[in-house]
Amino acid sequence: MKNNLTFREFLITRLIQAAGYSAIVFVALIFFFLLREGLPTLAEVDGSSLLNIRWYPIEGFFGILPLITGSLIVTLGAALIAVPFGIGTAVYISEIAPRWMREILKPLVELLGGLPSVVLGFLGILVLSPYLRVFLDLPTGLTAFTGSLLLGGIAVPTVVSVAEDALDAVPRAYREGAWALGATQWQTIWRVTLPAARSGVLTAVMLGVGRAIGETMTVMMVTGNAPVLAVKLSSLFSPVRTMTATIAAEMGEVANGSTHYHVLFFIGMVLFIISLIVNIIASSVVFRAKKRAERILS
Amino acid sequence: MMRLFARNRHTVQRLGFSLITLMAVVTVLPIVGTIIFILLKGGSAISFEFLSGFPHNGMRAGGILPAIIGTLYLTIGTAVFSVPLGIAAAIYLAEYAKDNQVTRLIRLAIINLAGIPSVVYGLFGLGLFVLFLQFGTSILAASLTLSIMTLPVIISTAEEALRSVPQAFRTVSISLGATRWQTIRRIVLKEALPGILTGVILGLERAAGETAPILFTGAAFFLPRLPQSPFDATMALPYHLFVISTQVPEMPIQIQYGTALVLLVFVLSMNMIATVIRSRARAKRQW
Repeated sequence: MKNNLTFREFLITRLIQAAGYSAIVFVALIFFFLLREGLPTLAEVDGSSLLNIRWYPIEGFFGILPLITGSLIVTLGAALIAVPFGIGTAVYISEIAPRWMREILKPLVELLGGLPSVVLGFLGILVLSPYLRVFLDLPTGLTAFTGSLLLGGIAVPTVVSVAEDALDAVPRAYREGAWALGATQWQTIWRVTLPAARSGVLTAVMLGVGRAIGETMTVMMVTGNAPVLAVKLSSLFSPVRTMTATIAAEMGEVANGSTHYHVLFFIGMVLFIISLIVNIIASSVVFRAKKRAERILS
Repeated sequence: MMRLFARNRHTVQRLGFSLITLMAVVTVLPIVGTIIFILLKGGSAISFEFLSGFPHNGMRAGGILPAIIGTLYLTIGTAVFSVPLGIAAAIYLAEYAKDNQVTRLIRLAIINLAGIPSVVYGLFGLGLFVLFLQFGTSILAASLTLSIMTLPVIISTAEEALRSVPQAFRTVSISLGATRWQTIRRIVLKEALPGILTGVILGLERAAGETAPILFTGAAFFLPRLPQSPFDATMALPYHLFVISTQVPEMPIQIQYGTALVLLVFVLSMNMIATVIRSRARAKRQW
């Protein structure tokens, strides 16, 4: 009986441990399969044509530069919206709003995070883009700018929740100290609380940007899907095509194992590496901030 | 001079607060607006026939039953894999893991899993489940892909819930002669259940609304009958909305809004259940 119990305990502990390690296994598996299907690209397409400005797979043009610039311009636009509004909302929720308001706002922002991106894309097509076309007098409403507006909305909940956590973690004594010195609440927010939460706010921005680069359905639906090099400011108001949208739009139609198939996996690999870098940097910022806080407390 | 300055900085504060409040309002209003707009526009499309019928006439008429059932299957399939694995991983991190290099690597892996673009999950699912393991484009392959995507949400919320159970509960249980696992199963898990449930539902909510990961792993454009086994492909609400709003010409607007409404209600009701469980658990908590 006793032995039986010990054995069960042993078995369960091992199972739980295996589950704990599974996250590492999954990241490794994902990377492995992206490499496996993506790396043949380098043998099949030579580097100069990969870094070309023409993406026209049917005739064998696999230049991924337009897709990269497309992703960059849409993400940049999204960041310009999500960062100020996200941080502003976080400051409002954490520092200014009365308690009841906070109880309403936090679930609402969470709700935005849960809205399916395909619903936002749908509204983008039906409501936002016709409106923008008329309002900005453009030939089409399906532009990088439309994508940026919606992506900004998608990135906001990430920015708000991480930045709000960071502001919340600033010890109350910091604020009280500033108030005691005669600073207004506003001065305290800008000169004490936000600087103290700097690293967390930075993490919020990075994770928000990471979320925007990786978003697929919304951008595929509203950015017009034209793989042209987007390097001018006017590109913001013309159709572009992002890396994610290209994979989603074309993977369904390619033959497994073809060059086109490998290039799409190659783009996936690039996206994976970008998100890996963003997340590693963001989490190392968090870790460092934690260590400093521990030093201060000890 | 002093008084002027004092008044000035209070003016600055008033202006600043107004600006920040305005920003918060501008952030939140579109969310409310979106939901109300879809409720109003889609409401008239909802009928018994719409919810219980098959699409006709190239999806331009009829109902969306196969998409609703498909999303249900996918959500359940995702839960089957991700809930036990996610909770077990959370138990490991909260109760067993030592603070060492490996644990730090696990946490980094979880953060990375959370950040990987959804379409990359789709590629991975295609590479591993559909082609390598030869599950084909199927509910099984799509559910497995969605599970891995959902895992970080479940792990991190469940771990937080487990950690919020006071240490004294464990100490007392162990001192009464219970083993570690008995303590976890009968005491810690029981106390953390509402928090874990919230995380599980929020994770599944995300899975239910996702399109990109199922694009090449399990979603079907149109099927004349419901899927018969886990190895069949399926229609799904998010993918169906994508299809009818971009791929089908002359699609009646009514059906599009109706589909968006059903998807939104599906997702929002999960969100509300999670919120209710969380706030009720908070109110009942005695420690």
